[in-house]
Amino acid sequence: MSELTLTVMRLGFLAVLWLFVIVAVQVIRSDLFGTRVTQRAGRRDAAARPPQQRQQAAQDRRGQQQPAQSSRQRRGAPTKLVVAEGSLAGTTVALQGQTITLGRAHDSTIVLDDDYASSRHARIYPDRDGQWIVEDLGSTNGTYLDRNRLTTPTPVPLGAPIRIGKTVIELRK
Amino acid sequence: MSASNTTTITSVGAPNRRNTELALLVFAVLIPVFAYANVGLAKNGSVPAGLLGYGVGLGLLAGVAHLLVRKFAPYSDPLMLPIATLLNGLGLVLIWRLDLEPLGPAMAPKQLMWSTVGVALFIVVLVFLKDHRILQRYTYISMVVALVLLVLPVFFPPVYGARIWVTLPGIGSLQPGEFAKIVITVFFAGYLMVKRDALALASRRVMGLYLPRGRDLGPILVIWAMSLLILIFETDLGTSLLFFGLFVIMLYVATERTSWIVFGLLLSSAGAVAVASSEPHVKVRVTNWLHPLATVNGDVTETAQSRYAFGSGGLFGSGLGQGYSRLIGGIAPKSDYILATVGEELGLAGVMAVLLLYGLLIERGIRTALAARDPFGKLLAIGLSGAFALQVFVVAGGVTGLIPLTGMTMPFMAQGGSSVIANWALVAILLRISDTARRPAPSPAPSPDAEATQVVRSQ
Repeated sequence: MSELTLTVMRLGFLAVLWLFVIVAVQVIRSDLFGTRVTQRAGRRDAAARPPQQRQQAAQDRRGQQQPAQSSRQRRGAPTKLVVAEGSLAGTTVALQGQTITLGRAHDSTIVLDDDYASSRHARIYPDRDGQWIVEDLGSTNGTYLDRNRLTTPTPVPLGAPIRIGKTVIELRK
Repeated sequence: MSASNTTTITSVGAPNRRNTELALLVFAVLIPVFAYANVGLAKNGSVPAGLLGYGVGLGLLAGVAHLLVRKFAPYSDPLMLPIATLLNGLGLVLIWRLDLEPLGPAMAPKQLMWSTVGVALFIVVLVFLKDHRILQRYTYISMVVALVLLVLPVFFPPVYGARIWVTLPGIGSLQPGEFAKIVITVFFAGYLMVKRDALALASRRVMGLYLPRGRDLGPILVIWAMSLLILIFETDLGTSLLFFGLFVIMLYVATERTSWIVFGLLLSSAGAVAVASSEPHVKVRVTNWLHPLATVNGDVTETAQSRYAFGSGGLFGSGLGQGYSRLIGGIAPKSDYILATVGEELGLAGVMAVLLLYGLLIERGIRTALAARDPFGKLLAIGLSGAFALQVFVVAGGVTGLIPLTGMTMPFMAQGGSSVIANWALVAILLRISDTARRPAPSPAPSPDAEATQVVRSQ
């Protein structure tokens, strides 16, 4: 091999290596500007952790308490609870037969950061057949399933919006 | 989390970037093929016969991995897989290039086999680990597993002065420490997620530092003692540094207390000094680091030789296949000192590119931790990328003479089966977390009664 060819290959290889690095950085750059930072308004406990994290911890505690029911899942039954609107929008909780409590209390499964929610606002639990039931726990501003204010424990159809203050929760497959 | 943390970071639109990954992956396969041809032309004056097979093999591995990522983790980070593939491919070429020298047995075919096993494990993790939060259930089990993995090598004879190997007859030797790295990160993440409040909030303020309570200091002292014990009984500087550093990093991320960093640095330096002055194997490493040009038995030290390699490489290197890094004596030009070969044959420009690739991989890991929504995923991602970063720092620092040399392997590049396999698994877990983190939020279903219970928005 001639000296010239080898020199060209040597520098060419370095150029290609750096080209890869630069392309990778370009990919990161497009990722960097592709994010949106949303301000969560109205926080009383600003020093505390974000609510998603607390509720995550609570969810896992609960998950450990009642693992036995998790096998009782029917076909067509919802598998997750999705927060569709409100400050927690996008949060999902897997439904594994555990009771899910909603409210501003810190030990709730989903800790609502919502001025219109009571500390123990509502709970969602499966009955003996695996049908999910939502029950209002005597909240001040009420829990709504579709457009009706709940007075008794009511079965939750798949995808029906449960509204608590500004937060909307749905059961999804 | 600080008082200012009232924001949520979400991706806009979140295209899944799989085509970007594919393009980069093609690029990442072509670069090592180019390097392979380059080595062949420089050494023998002809394109090596195995070029097609090698290229197709690497491409096949990358392609299968990519298709499965497309199927099982469609929203995951587009950069991690290409970077890992490129580093692994470059490592294979460099090992094959050193095989051409009269150094001992050929390692490249074996390394290719280990890489295949590594990619297979990558796929297995991606397919079977549907949600990284499952790992949280095994917090304390992983602690036990990690301890067993760490203690295991004590019962096997030392290799090159360090007891970090488990020899399995018929299969070869494994470094359980590489796997323990991942397992113990799972434990730290699960443990710190539960204890972070106690560690962060229950503290007294003394001289501007938050001093934790005595009982909260317990775990950090246990980990410190454990890493010292590893250092003493296994005489393995790298692993003990890795574990203690990993714990301090995760503790800092979980609690945001700078005092933990101060404590960690004080404890680790005290431990390092104590062990370095008593343990002969470690003592030799430190002496070599402080006096690299001193002659030992009429011969210069390996540390000096690796620095000669970097020096003779200069800015642009001697070209692949045209260096003399085989002259680095001793045990491990293909594993511990592989970066010296990069430094000599690709020069400063090449070393910088390679270190940047590692940096980018780590950055993507930390970015994943930022974007993850659950605290366990955050801690796990930061822990895994922190362990990876520490390992790169310890090896690169050791070879370039920044810190004493430790017997660790450059992730993906260096020859060594356990390291390649474990790091592919590590990347798979990071991809899984990033898939969860980058997945767009489910869109709300249109509700028929929007005004019935709507709250009037005053802002």
